[in-house]
Amino acid sequence: MTMAVCLGLPAAAARGQSAAELRWGGDAEGGAPYVEADPADPSRVVGFDVEIAQLLAAGLGRTPRFVQVGFTSIDASAARGDFDVGLSGIEDSAARRSRLAVTIPYYEFREVLTVRSADAGTYRSLGDLRGRRVATLGATLAYDMLVDAQARDGIVPVTYEDDVHPYSDLVIGRVDAVVLDAILAQRGVRRNAGLTSQPAPLAVGHYVGILAPGAAALRDRMNVVLRDAMRDGRLEAILRRWDVWNEDQPRLYARVLADASPYPVAASSLSASPDAARTVSGPGTLDAARRYLPALLRAALITIVLSCLSMALAIAVGGLIASGRVYGAAPLRIALTGYVEIVRGTPLLLQLFVLYFGLAAFIQLPAFVAALLGLGLNYAAYESEIYRGALEAVPPGQLESARTLGFTERQILVLVRAPQAFRLALAPMTNDFVALLKDSSLVSVITVVELTKETSIFAANIGSWVLPGIMCAAIYLAMSLPLARVARRIERGWRHA
Amino acid sequence: MSVLDVQSLDVRRGGRPIVAGVSFAASAGEIVALMGASGAGKSTILRAIAGLDPIVAGTVAIPRPVGMVFQFHHLFANMSAHKNVWLAPVHVFRRPRAEAEQRARELLVSLGVGDRASAMPHELSGGEAQRVAIARALAIEPRVLLMDEPTASLDPARRGDLAATLRQLASAGRTIVVATHDAEFARACAHRVLSVEGGRLRGVS
Repeated sequence: MTMAVCLGLPAAAARGQSAAELRWGGDAEGGAPYVEADPADPSRVVGFDVEIAQLLAAGLGRTPRFVQVGFTSIDASAARGDFDVGLSGIEDSAARRSRLAVTIPYYEFREVLTVRSADAGTYRSLGDLRGRRVATLGATLAYDMLVDAQARDGIVPVTYEDDVHPYSDLVIGRVDAVVLDAILAQRGVRRNAGLTSQPAPLAVGHYVGILAPGAAALRDRMNVVLRDAMRDGRLEAILRRWDVWNEDQPRLYARVLADASPYPVAASSLSASPDAARTVSGPGTLDAARRYLPALLRAALITIVLSCLSMALAIAVGGLIASGRVYGAAPLRIALTGYVEIVRGTPLLLQLFVLYFGLAAFIQLPAFVAALLGLGLNYAAYESEIYRGALEAVPPGQLESARTLGFTERQILVLVRAPQAFRLALAPMTNDFVALLKDSSLVSVITVVELTKETSIFAANIGSWVLPGIMCAAIYLAMSLPLARVARRIERGWRHA
Repeated sequence: MSVLDVQSLDVRRGGRPIVAGVSFAASAGEIVALMGASGAGKSTILRAIAGLDPIVAGTVAIPRPVGMVFQFHHLFANMSAHKNVWLAPVHVFRRPRAEAEQRARELLVSLGVGDRASAMPHELSGGEAQRVAIARALAIEPRVLLMDEPTASLDPARRGDLAATLRQLASAGRTIVVATHDAEFARACAHRVLSVEGGRLRGVS
């Protein structure tokens, strides 16, 4: 009884608070015309999704309140109930319908192919892009199309985590085409000179609001509000204000208003494709795991190769930095200390962005090379500190006795100091390598699909993180545990030597 | 004819005089002991002679290379006793490796630690480590051997052994300068004992 009271109170309080508010989730990084920070007042958001949220809130007699959510985690947040409804250019799909409560569509979009204007005559459809790199946003309808086209037409899908860099990379030739919805394509073409979108749409899809699976009643009330707004022109006014209104919309409204069911139209023109089978949970999950295992193992190979090469670079550069800091003249020591402090003091994510996108105007590094340099040069700063400490921990008396024997400083370093320092450094180095192995997941922001990225694609596809998470963790452990064991064996060997 | 000739040696550390106006000479086969309390400046005199501490004034005339054995031996921790001894002959003096290894083995045997050749420094006792350190210093064939507080880590019986070893090395024509605060040891091995006090030589006994 007491417990019921204790548990009941906060729940009631929370309900009382949320009754007056409509908490809606979106990603302000997605930008205009969906949701973006107001240029005049960055603490506010503006966009057509913002106005649709206001429309829904007004219809329900509530006050809208924005909740920032990363675009790729918006489904999981909705399912958890972090907000009442997610609105951020979210695409309708069979997968979403199977695991969330989904509103009727409020916008119909076309997937379009954008290419460099010079290639407009050559690359007219995905079939013309065999062996070519085609960019899109991960976990979207367009991505599913590209995966299908990979099997059918032999294109190479490249996934980005934002919609800006696919187009800038198209301009500089890192990719040969971009497939995204027409609103994003229009923005990409406007921002970058020399791009053309092909007029024929590749597919048709819809934007919807998403709610927790148990919130079907609230979803139905929202559908009423949306249908009313379609009838009386308020929805049209919003879309016109953001310059995204076109002749597809009245046709969509006619179909939606003619059918009172929760799902009056197909999720997308692809819904009838094998996609649908791929997206159901339940008994299909194990099957999906079997299908995804080869892809996960391939991604794990990328992770391990990238990590090993990056660590080799980090050890080589870190060794040079440490030697320079211990033996170098003052200006060199100051420069190297500066490097170490800047690299350690700024996020690896930022460094990867700068290397891949920031430097693209001067030198276009392939994604894997940028990832290798980013991880390697970042970890070199940490390694150099380990080596410097280890070099300085070698007793100075040994160095002095080497000097009296006539060894040069270089010989002392190579024969006496470095081998002893390496033993001291081995344990922290092993530690760093395991950290690097996991940090390598960050390189997915520059389009390298490694283990974590492949896992999140898998998770988005089956609509659950449980199985993909377990498989991913198991593969990481399978890579890091033997490493720790080898390091321990080497250390033991030294002790007995 | 002196092999080692030190004239008016001045050494300062941080501007403070540590050694002032020290002069002495030593001839081939002679063992000279620098006696004094710790802090008297005897180690600094050895370090200056070996070229480890800079000289402010004065001259040191000494044939190179100089052999030096430190109080704490300072063997290279990452290699065996044997390799400690042959490393400099091979890498500094470009002796053929096989020849240097053979000579190192002979030195270790002659100093009574031939059976410890493959041991790592941390596995050696204080006396063994010191003998290996002497072998290492001798391997570069110095005409002068400098030793800093060689008895510090030895029990009385071992001290007698060491004195005998030094006598034996001197009888082969080597000049040895020993810094020590152990009067009994100094008397047992040195031909001449110079007393050091406040960075200056106080007398000869």
